[in-house]
Amino acid sequence: MAGIIKISNLSKHYGAFAALTEIDLEIAEGEVVCVIGPSGSGKSTLIRCINLLESYSAGGIITVDGIPVEPGRHLAQVRAEVGMVFQSFNLFPHMSVLRNIMLAPMRVRKMTAARAEEKARELLARVGIAEQAEKYPGHLSGGQQQRVAIARALAMEPRVLLFDEPTSALDPEMVGEVLDVMRALAGTGVTMVIVTHEMGFARQVADRVIFMNGGRIVETGTPAEIFDAPREPRTRDFLSAVLNH
Amino acid sequence: MDLLDTFFNVPILIRTFPLLLAGLAVTIQIGATSIVAGLALGLFLCLVRLYGPRPVVLLARLYIDIFRSIPLLVLLIVVYYALPFVGIRLSPFLSAVVALTLVSGAYTAEIFRAGIEAIPAGQFEASRALGLGYRDMMVDVILPQAVKIVIPPLTNNCINVMKDTALASVVAMPDLLKQATQAQALAANPSPLIGAALIYLAFLWPLVALVSRFERRMGQGTR
Repeated sequence: MAGIIKISNLSKHYGAFAALTEIDLEIAEGEVVCVIGPSGSGKSTLIRCINLLESYSAGGIITVDGIPVEPGRHLAQVRAEVGMVFQSFNLFPHMSVLRNIMLAPMRVRKMTAARAEEKARELLARVGIAEQAEKYPGHLSGGQQQRVAIARALAMEPRVLLFDEPTSALDPEMVGEVLDVMRALAGTGVTMVIVTHEMGFARQVADRVIFMNGGRIVETGTPAEIFDAPREPRTRDFLSAVLNH
Repeated sequence: MDLLDTFFNVPILIRTFPLLLAGLAVTIQIGATSIVAGLALGLFLCLVRLYGPRPVVLLARLYIDIFRSIPLLVLLIVVYYALPFVGIRLSPFLSAVVALTLVSGAYTAEIFRAGIEAIPAGQFEASRALGLGYRDMMVDVILPQAVKIVIPPLTNNCINVMKDTALASVVAMPDLLKQATQAQALAANPSPLIGAALIYLAFLWPLVALVSRFERRMGQGTR
């Protein structure tokens, strides 16, 4: 298995606070990785470093498909290959759903408007909201907005998709529809790195689960290893806290 | 009645009305030119201030602070009466436009900055994550949203610039106020001044009402 994302010696500090400490991680092409852990453990910071929404300390190295993730010429290339879905959707409120999805393919991939629209409609059908194409994000439910955000990320045909707590801002009855879309994606060969609090989803979909705490990777393993037989006491404490509430 | 004859002398008003209208045309020319130039300068300053390299950011901040502090009348007099000593001789029209633009640009820059900073960080992050370049991000995502936010304060600034054009009368510009003071001197009656005040009111009141409407609509939150 070739590693599409390679992270070595990744650290990040906010002043004296160490958000990430010496992270080493390799993620294979097509792999679905779920990152779990308490809030403030550095999960989001970790995936936001992968497309350089967060800068990281000197000495760390991240590559995506062999391209170094650092400020400069290559960054646009990395970001075009790495899609991201945010907790708060971050759709563009002044554009229709269709335009939200068409924008990046037209500007970055130089796709024609006709081709971009065709593709956007395909993707909307795929995430189950073809009939909402002309609406504005403000008129959609949270679950629908997040599905648009997934379609928008997919429109760039990324090789890696990062999900930053994609269901945490949703009403409980809408979590399922977003997880369904993500579950369907997991089978398509795109590499997915998912920060999530949905343990059932992680167990079911992940090839590998990473447990983080205090800015470090504490334990990594298959869902069965992490959820049924965690080795580290800190992992056990966390899982018993979130699973038996 | 004496008071009416003094302040609202209809024959004098009728006689001087064409002069006042000619003055209004000059006022509008100065105001409109300064507003457009101030918008361009303000947008440039704002982008430089937000995203330029460190030394340029400091320069932009210095500029903005200086031109928001200096009284416009002082600046205008410096431009018109002091610059000729270093060989820069500007016409009254250009002096007024330059002074108004320099100051309006500083205020406009701050208005744009507030507008851009009001856009949630997630909009920038989503744009970057999609691979959009800086230009595309600003043109397609950030500025269209910022413009909606800045329209009420920008209109306010336009009103201020229009009002401040009256200062041009001190550099012998035949604007509305200058025409009115000259007509007053000729007629030995202050009615033209009242006429000018009414014209300013008739011209600017609708703009003020427009700003209130914008603000009310923004308040209702059309998101």
